[in-house]
Amino acid sequence: MSSALTEPSKFKSWYRKNDIAITPWLFLLPAVLFFATYVIVPIGQSFWISFHMWDGLGEKTFVGMDNYERLLGLGDQKMDRKFETSFWNNIKWLLLYLLAIPMGLFIALFLNQTVTGIRLYKSLFFFPFVISQVVVGLVFSWFYLPNDGLFDVIMSWFGVDIRGGVLGNPKTATYGIIAAGLWPQTAYCMILYLTGLNSVDPEQVEAGRLDGAKGFRMLWYVILPQLRPATFIAFVVTIIGALRSFDFIAVMTNGGPFGSTRVLSFFMFEESLSEFGFRMGYGAAIAVVLFFIMLGFIAYFLYQMWRDEKEGR
Amino acid sequence: MFPTPIQQRSRASQFSYQVFLPIALILWLLPLIAVMIFSIKPDGDFVKGNFWGLPSSFEFFNNYGRVFFASDMPQYLLNSVFITVPTVIGAVALSSMTGFALGVYKFRGNLLIFFMFIAGNFVPFQILMVPVRDLTVNLNLYDTKLGLILFHIAFQTGFCTLFMRNFIRALPYSLIEAARVEGVAEWKIFVYVVLPLMKPAIAALSVLIFTFIWNDYFWAIVLTQGPDAQPVTAGITAFNSQYRAAYHMMSAGSIVAAIPPVFMFFLMQKHFIAGLTLGAVK
Repeated sequence: MSSALTEPSKFKSWYRKNDIAITPWLFLLPAVLFFATYVIVPIGQSFWISFHMWDGLGEKTFVGMDNYERLLGLGDQKMDRKFETSFWNNIKWLLLYLLAIPMGLFIALFLNQTVTGIRLYKSLFFFPFVISQVVVGLVFSWFYLPNDGLFDVIMSWFGVDIRGGVLGNPKTATYGIIAAGLWPQTAYCMILYLTGLNSVDPEQVEAGRLDGAKGFRMLWYVILPQLRPATFIAFVVTIIGALRSFDFIAVMTNGGPFGSTRVLSFFMFEESLSEFGFRMGYGAAIAVVLFFIMLGFIAYFLYQMWRDEKEGR
Repeated sequence: MFPTPIQQRSRASQFSYQVFLPIALILWLLPLIAVMIFSIKPDGDFVKGNFWGLPSSFEFFNNYGRVFFASDMPQYLLNSVFITVPTVIGAVALSSMTGFALGVYKFRGNLLIFFMFIAGNFVPFQILMVPVRDLTVNLNLYDTKLGLILFHIAFQTGFCTLFMRNFIRALPYSLIEAARVEGVAEWKIFVYVVLPLMKPAIAALSVLIFTFIWNDYFWAIVLTQGPDAQPVTAGITAFNSQYRAAYHMMSAGSIVAAIPPVFMFFLMQKHFIAGLTLGAVK
């Protein structure tokens, strides 16, 4: 084979013979190399770095499980307080972010009509998703301003006074940020359901009507089963979005007040690249923990997709 | 159709639907409308506490003029363009190839490689952060646009492959078989048979990736610093510290930063939505 590769004419005929076997690999090669360098290998490297103490510049010092012990409070140590807050905030994000799915479905059902100009309405409802999260975060932080913010103004009509404003109060800040995040995420879920509703089988709807199904029963028994693919994708993107949330927190509160709005992704960033010095090893350990939380979901998503694959052909 | 078409309902409910629709839209977009109004207000309104009322004077040209002529915003915007466009081209090119390889050929490891791309795309960014930053520094690409572009291409290839492969899978396989019978070389099948059919998918992905990359903030602050290479999402925070508490300026800056993806969305609406559903919901 080596001689076949060196001689151009022979290589050509060898290639022609094995065309179907070789071509896919040639087509895959650049992307796989790229993806491996920037995505697959770094995952392994992060695991490796998490067993070290490292400032990002000098030599790494191997410290074994030290980072994890300090983070999770294994052995005789206490769990890192910041980690605890971040973890529970992540859980809040996960649960509350899922509200985007029913809210998106609700708006989709509201807009699934054929009146003049409905296309424009649908696009405008989708707007929040197209805008960068940095901008959305900024806008909401003004909305939440103490005294001057519209939210505070409206709340004061009801006699509610949130001390320090929504984002200045450790009790409410995380919820305020999640609400901001729900805005674009709901728009995303809405568009998924709108496209899903397009492909709902009208005959089944008619059959359901003849059987006397109406309103919510129709939705639950006839429509939702047909929207399963849309629901699945909405679920995937919402879970991933919740665990990746970073931009909103960085822009709206920068982790404050008193570190109460940190989530794991923000905490990790803060430890690795903060002004308190680069603690890359510790940061990597946080990232690994986040990775394992995500891994459960990733495995489930892949399993679902693999099952569809098997059914498909 | 579900819910029942409004035309089949009573006059009263038709009327109330038509009335409620614009009200709902205004409520939904209230935050955006607020920034737009903010961006044409004079500075004095905020000092006097007139946050949510009407502007006392029309300062559109003044405020936006300052964004374009008295700040680094134009530079940041250009950076964003020079980061986003090459990334879109690179990711779409690479993923058309992988999509073709994984969608057309049966070989060992096909599904494994495909799932590797999907799984990599779902991973939290943070686990890549330290090594990718290190790699970029070692390649002497820290704080350059190229450093960001290379990473974005690699990462987006995962998502794009998922999309392209499913799209190519749905094409009629008989076309490829017919070409093979004719004795057309495999790479020619890609160029002359498959690629022309992929135009809608390419359009959809391009718009979507454009939006994703334009709006990226995390990698922008991890891999770059300062106005030489940073895109507009990171620039807007620098801009804001320059105009601290000057809400009219921050609003104008935000709107300028947000416009390109919005424009792309309206231009390519149909494709954009096809892209979002990962090609799975027709």
